[in-house]
Formats: sequence, structure tokens, C-alpha cells
Amino acid sequence: MKDKRRETFPRAVFSRPRSLLDVRSHYCPGCHHGIAHRILAETIDRFDVRGKTVGVAPVGCAVLMYDYIDVDFAEAPHGRAPAVATGVKRAHPDRFVFTYQGDGDLAAIGTSEIIHAANRGENITVLFINNTTYGMTGGQMAPTTMLGQKTATSPYGREFRNDGYPIKVAELLATIEGTAYSARVATSTPAQIRKAKEAVRKAFDMQIREVGFSLVEFLSTCPTNWGMKPLDAQKRVLGEISGYFPLGVYKERKQADFV
Amino acid sequence: MKGTAPAPTGTIEIDFERCKACELCVPACPKHCIEMGDRINRHGYVAALFARPLDCTGCAICAESCPDVCIRVWR
Ligand SMILES: Cc1ncc(C[n+]2csc(CCOP(=O)(O)OP(=O)(O)O)c2C)c(N)n1
Ligand code: SF4
Ligand code: SF4
Ligand code: SF4
Ligand SMILES: [Mg+2]
Repeated sequence: MKDKRRETFPRAVFSRPRSLLDVRSHYCPGCHHGIAHRILAETIDRFDVRGKTVGVAPVGCAVLMYDYIDVDFAEAPHGRAPAVATGVKRAHPDRFVFTYQGDGDLAAIGTSEIIHAANRGENITVLFINNTTYGMTGGQMAPTTMLGQKTATSPYGREFRNDGYPIKVAELLATIEGTAYSARVATSTPAQIRKAKEAVRKAFDMQIREVGFSLVEFLSTCPTNWGMKPLDAQKRVLGEISGYFPLGVYKERKQADFV
Repeated sequence: MKGTAPAPTGTIEIDFERCKACELCVPACPKHCIEMGDRINRHGYVAALFARPLDCTGCAICAESCPDVCIRVWR
């Protein structure tokens, strides 16, 4: 049924971004991977780089993202996306190159790759999706898992004497000389989504102006493995998680080292 | 104008088959236009419903909040 309201209001003010393919995703209901994908696609559209972008997809729930974002993709082994992206960008410096990585991918098995890509000041952009768990494999403990959080591999809750503390990636990478931009955002309120878009725009801009390595950490949700309804998962981000992982811009360089 | 209902300044459409019934759009709407419906879609989700179109301002906050990009907005 097409109603008359559409004739009264002819101007489309929100529709699917061009770079987000018109398919149903496999993500669980309420999973914020979907919001991060949409922000990414909107930003690709905004900079008009769809035809010259290469994405590097991770291992994790976003492993199929090449089916959703309408750009060329390479699929990296677990944690190795920054190394693959380094190769792509060095071989094709005129391409816009991004990685999209979960916390199990980037902050556990891929810690070495991300730190050294940042330290080399590789001119790539990283979208880092921190949902405090290994979502795809059934909710195991990640380096970002909160203290006390029960997961498949921390059934009594994470305990710092055994498991260490949740690692703060945005702050850590901001200390690295080669990093041009590092920020942490969330997507649990409309205002946060606006700020997240702003941060992703800045990160894109760093690469386009050749300032160097840029990273945006998203405080995401995993309602399925947290055992929560999506709205409660958002409340967890707004309370407990952003209490420990403060939102903000941790580094923003004005210009490149060399011109 | 006293006593007359305010006219809507926009409208939305929710993709019934794409909706995963996560409910994130429901509290997101500042005008309380959306509630959960009572019909099950092909994927087994009881999809969200644009229940109070007369209150819609076309602000698109609902659409910005939907992880599955199910909502389109016109003004
Ligand atoms: C080399 C290697 N080790 C382990 C795995 C198993 N594995 C698949 S996904 C994953 C963790 C994914 O977690 P994360 O990166 O946080 O992504 P999410 O699913 O939470 O978005 C692991 C350990 C693998 N595929 N390859
Ligand atoms: S398992 Fe978690 S991260 Fe993966 S799609 Fe489901 S909610 Fe999202
Ligand atoms: S466009 Fe704004 S007012 Fe209309 S349903 Fe969406 S959030 Fe509510
Ligand atoms: S946010 Fe989207 S998927 Fe979730 S209930 Fe609303 S329309 Fe459906
Ligand atoms: Mg994860």
C-alpha cells in the first residue's frame, strides 16, 4: 500500500547510501556493526571515492562485509589487515585504503600488525569495532573484555590477576609517533552517531591529505553474546563501557611530517 | 489554531521484510511515532510499525538509529 503522505512530502531526506549495497545483512538484530557499515558507506559517498577505494576485511563477524560495501576488497587473515592494507596502499598510493577490524582481530592476534602499521605512519584508515568480545566465535574473552564480564572463556568474570585489564586501543595508538589521528566514538544515541560520522570524516581526510595513519575506535554492541536485548546493550555502552573507555579525540595532527 | 492537531511535516517508511525487530528506533523517535507491530515478517521478526504518522516531523533520527537501514524518510 503506497500512501498519500509520500506525495505530500516529496523530498527524500534519508535513504540508503550509494556505497551500501541493497541487501539484507547477516548481523544479529540490533548489532552496531550495521551502524558502523552505514557510516563508512556514507563517508565513502561524501568523499566520492567509491571507484578508487580498497577495503581490507577482517576475520570476525564483519568477514562478509565485501558483500555489503560496494568497493573493491581484500580479505586478510585474522589480525593481519593492517599488513595487507600496507601492501595495497604502497602498491597503489592513489587508492583510498581502509581496514575494518574487530577487537579480537586488532587487539589480540593482530596487536603487532596494528602497532607497527601505526608506527610506520602508513597512510591508511582503520575502523576498529570494539564490542568487548569475540562475537563471531561465540563470545570468548577479548583483550577489551570488561573486568567482571562473563564470557565463554571467563565464566566467573574477567579478573585482572589472571587476564589483565581491558586494553585502551585509541589511547595506546595515540602515543605512537606515526599516528596522525586516533579517536573513540560510540553509536548508542543519535548525538553519538553524529560525532562518530565526524570522526570517520576526519580519519578519511587524514589519508586523503596524506598526513598518515588514522584510526577510529567504535564502542559497539554484541547483544547476542552479551545475552542482552539490543536496547539494554546500548545502555551498557552508555554506562559501564564508556565509563572505562572514554569517548574523545586522542590525537589529531595538523600536518604531515614531510611535504 | 487553538485545538487543532499539528500537521505532520514529514513521513517515513519502514521496510517490513528487512526489519529485525531490534526496537532501537522506538525510543529514538522524539515524537513517539514508532512502536512494535504485531505481524511477523518472512524472517520471523515482528517488525516495527509507523503507528503515529500525524506526529512525524521527518527529522530522520529513527533512520539514523536503525542498524539495518530499514527506514526511509521524506519531508
Ligand atoms: C588464525 C585464526 N585464529 C583464530 C580464528 C578464529 N576466530 C574467528 S573470528 C575470531 C574472533 C573475532 O572477534 P572480533 O575480531 O572481536 O570480531 P567480532 O566478531 O566481535 O566482530 C576468532 C578468534 C581464525 N579464524 N583464524
Ligand atoms: S555475534 Fe555479536 S558482533 Fe556478531 S553479528 Fe551477532 S551481535 Fe553482532
Ligand atoms: S522522522 Fe523523526 S519524527 Fe518521524 S518517525 Fe522518524 S524519528 Fe520520529
Ligand atoms: S531499528 Fe530498524 S531493524 Fe530495528 S526495529 Fe526499528 S526498523 Fe526494525
Ligand atoms: Mg569483537
